[in-house]
Amino acid sequence: MKLDRSALATGSRKAPTGITGFDEISGGGLPRGRTTLLIGGPGSGKTIFSLQFLVNGARHFREPGIFVAFEETSKRVAANAASFDWQLAQLQRSKLLFVDAQPTPDLVQSGDFDLCGMLAGLGVQAREMKARRIVFDALDIVLALLPDLAARRREIYRLHEWLLAHELTCVITLKAGVEEPNSITQQPYGFMQFMVDCSVILNHSVVLGVSQRNLRVQKYRGSSFDENESPFVIGSGGLDVAIVRLLGGIDADVTRERVTSGVKRLDTMLGGGYYRAACVLITGFPGTAKTTLSGAFAEAACRRGERTLFVSFDSDGTEVVRNLASVGIELDRHLKSGLLRIMSARNISGSAEMCLVRIKALAQAHKARCLVIDPVSALSKSGNELTAYGVAERLIDWSKVDRITLVCTSLLNEISGQAEGDASLHISSLADTWIHLNYLVQAGERNRGMSIIKSRGTAHSNQVRELILSDAGVTLADIFTAGGEVLMGTMRWEKEGAERVAHEVAEVAGKLKRVTLDAQQAELEVRLKAVQTELIAKQVEKTLLARTTASRKAEILRGRVRMRELRGADAAAPRRK
Amino acid sequence: MSARIKFKFRLFVAAGTVNSSQAMVNLHAICRAHLAGRHDIEVVDVFREPQRALAEGIRMTPTLLKLAPGPVKRIVGTLAQTERVLETLGLEAGAA
Repeated sequence: MKLDRSALATGSRKAPTGITGFDEISGGGLPRGRTTLLIGGPGSGKTIFSLQFLVNGARHFREPGIFVAFEETSKRVAANAASFDWQLAQLQRSKLLFVDAQPTPDLVQSGDFDLCGMLAGLGVQAREMKARRIVFDALDIVLALLPDLAARRREIYRLHEWLLAHELTCVITLKAGVEEPNSITQQPYGFMQFMVDCSVILNHSVVLGVSQRNLRVQKYRGSSFDENESPFVIGSGGLDVAIVRLLGGIDADVTRERVTSGVKRLDTMLGGGYYRAACVLITGFPGTAKTTLSGAFAEAACRRGERTLFVSFDSDGTEVVRNLASVGIELDRHLKSGLLRIMSARNISGSAEMCLVRIKALAQAHKARCLVIDPVSALSKSGNELTAYGVAERLIDWSKVDRITLVCTSLLNEISGQAEGDASLHISSLADTWIHLNYLVQAGERNRGMSIIKSRGTAHSNQVRELILSDAGVTLADIFTAGGEVLMGTMRWEKEGAERVAHEVAEVAGKLKRVTLDAQQAELEVRLKAVQTELIAKQVEKTLLARTTASRKAEILRGRVRMRELRGADAAAPRRK
Repeated sequence: MSARIKFKFRLFVAAGTVNSSQAMVNLHAICRAHLAGRHDIEVVDVFREPQRALAEGIRMTPTLLKLAPGPVKRIVGTLAQTERVLETLGLEAGAA
């Protein structure tokens, strides 16, 4: 599994194929100046692989090449390849030569023969165009004409010698039985293994009606390589080999930037929204408003002016627009302005890998910054269970590297029960934020509940909220928990009403109490005033009393003196002892 | 078929290989037996004249081209199966 980095660095030992993913698997390409055996059943992509190797060599690595066609005529090969964006016609003048070597139907054979004629001709052509690469497509066709094994062996040796002498990087394709792609190791072509330094097996199988293509490097002399089977698809650019990011891959840039979920209270619950380039998973049973929630996100993204791609596996684009418009999510104008693109993938049948490639291509063509996949669980439709996980993983990897904010919904199976999670995709463990939608059936009602199961790197609320859809859009409401019971919908409404009444009553009671208290306070204040006044009166009275006493004393004294004067008594008053 | 018609052959060989030597021997033997005095054989070595082999689209050696009388016929191999060769060339096995 470990990638030979040194081999990558010294690329001269390898001839890059330019095939997405394959150069990573093989640590840089095919062995330079050596022969590679490409084995596969009919329709497994051998011709495309080998032709792409030549085309890329000619276009990107300045290595002209020769394609020797034993099976199909070169015209047909070229016509078939016209559907790829390879600009074959341009290359064909000087950098890519097709040589027809099909045995003609009217060919009469008598006795043994050899390939000297062909090799002599090819030698001249290779020199003329300075060819560095050569492909022998379907060599088994011509080998089958040879009368015996010894003759075949002899011609293989001859070819080998010739290739070594001309120092060409060679790809030989051979058909192998569909049943056992490994049968090549047995006779009659088993001996070919000696001359090749690398062999690659292409496999095309149908699992539960879904086509799956795989590629595996069987051997690679002098180089380490990824030994596992890698799924691949044949897209508009040719082969596209899916690889999970290998060791040494560049980590995606991480950002703290937040983008809104389109629902205000959800943003609050998440502490500001989703992270840019995060993968958000919304799980729930059918009808729990997964699409609505992802639609809200898409609309918000468009409103920010970000190009958005909405992939719907459930319904047509127009249906999505109509349905979301009913809850106040207006996608129509964004669709018209070109910001939003809705891709209906309902009719796509094919491997999960193929879906991913299409979504990728579309997202790249649209320059999407936000991507909604509704539901991503459609990838694991029948026949894709085995591969879907890898696809989901690569989907997330890719969106992170391309800095696309990804919102995917995942349908939970009713049968799978209340378990929160998606067993088939395991995407929940890869997702950064996981929002779960659920029904609560209670008092004859079905209400939607929403909770955040996880959200990496953001604080998030642990509360279950009720999700309410209305003309005005999506809103979240607090739910009531009373006596260990969760209340939603009408019961919440009733509870809210009851609470409101109770609140009013309490308010009135409070007012009343306040008035009473005011009155009591006033009364006390009055009483306090009266007492204070009384106190002052008493004080005045006291002063008055003191004064009258003093004046009376003086009066008495004065009276006595006067009396004495009047009586003519002694002037001196008697002294006390 | 008139016995006077002249047969024109071109044999592409890879000099030095067993198959090609055998083809040459076989062709001469057939001509001696069936086309005495009315045949013309040109031998082209693909190693020395690869351009001619290319022009004729020769992939396997030895390849025998019967250029005249028409139509042109092409036989690949050592020409070991005389019956088959004669049949392809339009010659009856017994005819002289």
